[in-house]
Amino acid sequence: MVTTRTHISLAGIPLDNPVIPASGTFGFGAEMAQVYDLDILGSISIKGTTRHPRYGNPLPRIAEGPGGVLNSVGLQNPGVEKVISEELPRLRRLFHKPIIANISGFSVDDYAWACERMDGEEQVGIIEVNVSCPNVHDGGMAFGTQPESAAAVTRAVKAVTTKPVFVKLSPNVTDIVSIALACQEAGADGLTLVNTLLGMRIDLQRRQPVLANKVGGYSGPAIFPIALRMVWQVAQACSLPIMGCGGVATAEDVIEMMMAGATAVQVGAENLRNPLACKQIIEDLPQAMDRLRIDRLADIIGAVR
Amino acid sequence: MVATMEKHIFTVTKNAALAPNVYEMQLEGPGCAARVPGQFVNIALDGLYLRRPISVCNYDGRTLTLLYKVVGQGTRQMAALGPGRTLELLTQLGNGFSLDVPGRHMLLVGGGIGTAPLYWLARELKARGREVSVVLGFNTAAEIFYTEAFRPHSDRVLVATMDGTAGTRGFVTDAISRQGLSFDYFYACGPTPMLRAVSQALSQPGQLSLEARMGCGFGICMGCSLPMADGTSKRVCKEGPVFRKEELAW
Repeated sequence: MVTTRTHISLAGIPLDNPVIPASGTFGFGAEMAQVYDLDILGSISIKGTTRHPRYGNPLPRIAEGPGGVLNSVGLQNPGVEKVISEELPRLRRLFHKPIIANISGFSVDDYAWACERMDGEEQVGIIEVNVSCPNVHDGGMAFGTQPESAAAVTRAVKAVTTKPVFVKLSPNVTDIVSIALACQEAGADGLTLVNTLLGMRIDLQRRQPVLANKVGGYSGPAIFPIALRMVWQVAQACSLPIMGCGGVATAEDVIEMMMAGATAVQVGAENLRNPLACKQIIEDLPQAMDRLRIDRLADIIGAVR
Repeated sequence: MVATMEKHIFTVTKNAALAPNVYEMQLEGPGCAARVPGQFVNIALDGLYLRRPISVCNYDGRTLTLLYKVVGQGTRQMAALGPGRTLELLTQLGNGFSLDVPGRHMLLVGGGIGTAPLYWLARELKARGREVSVVLGFNTAAEIFYTEAFRPHSDRVLVATMDGTAGTRGFVTDAISRQGLSFDYFYACGPTPMLRAVSQALSQPGQLSLEARMGCGFGICMGCSLPMADGTSKRVCKEGPVFRKEELAW
């Protein structure tokens, strides 16, 4: 269902609606195409891709908490070459809009390498640079918790692509605004806020962490107020467009994220428990807008100062 | 067999204890619960963020039977559900057992609650004219369930208990070797250490149904991705939960 009421423009790319499945909660789209027509989505942020193939962390990788899921998958992906040769062509037949390529790495070179490869792919509309994965050592989040390293990655990827670059930031920091500003100064075209919160669960019988990796990233409705607060804080200080992400589960959550300053909104953990989550949110949006007397979604972006 | 996930509301018609902490739940619903034995459903429960994956014990196109052991919050909640209560299920998940295998005599090996998916499998194999032997392992005689249910769908049912209070004392592998069972092919489901032991002890080819902590249950989160013998990895929820013996990195 396409109505102009839900149209937004994200770094110059027009989207039919602001609803985007978050990276890591939608695979490369093929499984979900059996559940609903992917073309209803605003865009898709594909599974985080690295320069080399990765298995990720040992099992168990999943635990639960009140209102959320803890994961330590650890960036399992087939590597950028296979993503480009196999996953993107398959997705192109299932989704006919620009996608968001989520990139991660273990060195500044890794990021630049993967981004340069994605830059050549026509179906990639935006490159999302993940400097915030909590589940890998010596990479991922290590780049996103200091303004200097986040800026260094941003500069390196901006040098190898003309596509809009969104930097996906970690909430596991004292001052997210300083990191957001560093990315802005380094040339980022937008920000995705936020990745998962570092968490842990213990198996009381075994007296051991539930996750083999001991700690993992927490996501789901439990983190929504935290993600919303960070989107709002950054929106006050930064002029970049923001993709809000963290615990979004309903059309009202999408509207709330947008009022806090998000131009588009990613849905993550909710896809795992409800495969129809994005479809339902998109279908519910017009009615939720009516109830809240919102004519066009674009009008409410950053409405709350 | 390519199964497509569906989401349906099923209504509990029966829910009763079979043994300490082990329950049998029967449900009916408007859609297909499973296409083949060995598939599972993923159950949404109040107040719990993730669904609970439970293997299908039996499905006749109308009544879905689940056996489950109370091990935590989710299964405790299930145990309290009486007839008439509804559950939202994702159905037809996983690959299921392949019935198209060589040989005449099939051995089915179950450990504890891992017995569940073997029931429908025994029914299908017997209906196809195979000789079916069932070996079930439990901790103690008081925990035994479903051995009688298997009898009409098998040629023999053997039991092993760890404390020797029923059947052969020891593991399922002890029962198999002591009874001198000869068979052409095996199917197994149970705790991982049992599956490992069965896989190593039996020289015949076979299929093993695994369990894993799952995020989604339908292949998108990579939460249950398992390294395989050939260096690749497969999702227990999507390419599994049933794997051929030679696929596993044991």
